[in-house]
Amino acid sequence: MSGARAQPGPLEYLRRWPIRAWLAMVVIYLYAPLITLMAFSFNTSRRNIVWRGFTLDWYKAALADSDLIAAFGNSLTIAAVSTLVSVALGALMALLLWRFRFPFKPALEGALGLPIVVPEICMGVAMLVFFTEILPWPTDLIWPFNLGAIIISHISFSFSFVAIVIRGRLASFNRELEEAAKDLGAGEWRIFWDVIVPHMRPGLLAGALLAFTLSLDDFVITFFTSGPDTTTFPVKVYSMVRFSVTPEVNAASTILIVLTVALTAVALKVSGGAVATIEAGEGL
Amino acid sequence: MDESWKKAKGVFAALGAPPVLWLLAFFLVPLAIIWGYSFGENKSLTEIAVDGTFRNYLHAVRPLYLGIILKSFWFAALTTLFCLVVGFPVAIAITFASDKAKSWLLLLIMLPFWTNLLIRTYALMAVLRTEGYINFTLAFLWNGVSHLTALFGHPLGPFQPLELLHNNFAVVFGLVYVQLPFMVLPLYAALDRLDRSLLEASLDLGAGHFTTFRRVVVPLAMPGIVSGILVTLIPSVGAYLTPDLLGGPSSQMIANVIERQFKTANDWPFGAALSFLLMYMTFLAIAVQAIVSRNRRGRER
Repeated sequence: MSGARAQPGPLEYLRRWPIRAWLAMVVIYLYAPLITLMAFSFNTSRRNIVWRGFTLDWYKAALADSDLIAAFGNSLTIAAVSTLVSVALGALMALLLWRFRFPFKPALEGALGLPIVVPEICMGVAMLVFFTEILPWPTDLIWPFNLGAIIISHISFSFSFVAIVIRGRLASFNRELEEAAKDLGAGEWRIFWDVIVPHMRPGLLAGALLAFTLSLDDFVITFFTSGPDTTTFPVKVYSMVRFSVTPEVNAASTILIVLTVALTAVALKVSGGAVATIEAGEGL
Repeated sequence: MDESWKKAKGVFAALGAPPVLWLLAFFLVPLAIIWGYSFGENKSLTEIAVDGTFRNYLHAVRPLYLGIILKSFWFAALTTLFCLVVGFPVAIAITFASDKAKSWLLLLIMLPFWTNLLIRTYALMAVLRTEGYINFTLAFLWNGVSHLTALFGHPLGPFQPLELLHNNFAVVFGLVYVQLPFMVLPLYAALDRLDRSLLEASLDLGAGHFTTFRRVVVPLAMPGIVSGILVTLIPSVGAYLTPDLLGGPSSQMIANVIERQFKTANDWPFGAALSFLLMYMTFLAIAVQAIVSRNRRGRER
């Protein structure tokens, strides 16, 4: 076995140089654009290509842009409200599917999966039509109630994800705990709060963080439900990007990247990877 | 506990009513309206009559729109192919890494994809545009070579920046950039479940790495490959932001046409028909995957 260290084993592909070079190239492909974007938010040159020196001016400019700040505030508010409602609805749905056997259960499961598989553009236009024809949302309501249409759309696409995360967590529940509680005289309600909810807690937390990032990230569906006074951060950045590539946009993007990466890191820590796999399934 | 709903009707209703009603009112109803509109026509500026016409669907298969639909599929297919070619070695590298390296590599692949889609697309714009990083680097190299050849009396002339942005290349480049993690993850999941002794046996019996890959790894990892293809293909066909920001006038995809029908052209019935064509294609793809995986499970049993 003395040669094992020098010569890679037959299946140790990671120790072969072509695979390593390939991996390195893919990582550069994935990261170089984002890292240059973040780096050039600190650049003194407006031209955004040549490094001229370090500055925080673009952050000051971004923070002084009242539209951008308002949009950021809207995004956080929408994400917070939509997270609360999504977790509540998602938990109820998960409990329903976990506990009961009922007719049309496969149909309900299918319908629950729909918001995950339906192309974003289709859901966006459906929401646009819904909020102009069926439930015209008044635009002159005081903040934050004017954000209602966006919040409702965000809940509609995120609560399915939440329900699936929580259902996954419930699957690992040990039914004997419930029997024990019942034997010891606990009522239905007591069992729910003292036995089932504590077991659900990691799922609730992971679901909440997932709903929060999904809402914060969404562009397409928001684009169709937002009005001139109800822009969110991605919609605002989109209108800035349409005109030109500027260091202010870089600074604003950097703030959002750091925020979402931090949130996702917390979600991962809490759920032990469940969120990652669910998010990856987002496309299907 | 799989209790029958009849045993606790109150609890059943209390749990079920809010989420089911929400799903119905704020998701299924909006979709149903769009579906209805796809069989309607504009009567006036604000009025749409749903009269069961198939005109919108016929409209969608006219050469202009059929061309856009086919182009969307072509872009999505190219994207999927590139993702598969680029992603497979990455998935192999992750699968056969040590446990510690494995989780780090997975994180490394997944991390860019947690950042906002809009920001990732914007980052690519800064890389690809005529005064972007790629052209800047090329100009730098060009000028260097030009100085060198000038010494021998043959300067190269001024650098012509490459047109990398606002064309079909940029759209496919952007879609691959966005979709790559979607491909790597299911491939990795399939490869990780693979019985390694089969690979070792193949290598021991004298097959090369390439033959082993082609005749052992690929057939065994087929479910992962199929689901990787689907999770890349479906969002790519319906992509809106990437063609909108990176594409030129001739690289618009279905989603851009749908957006235009609803936001500027004001032909909702036609936009609705296009949306539902996109949905039908999505469902078809999912059904194909379900059949493939069921057949597979049937054979293994």
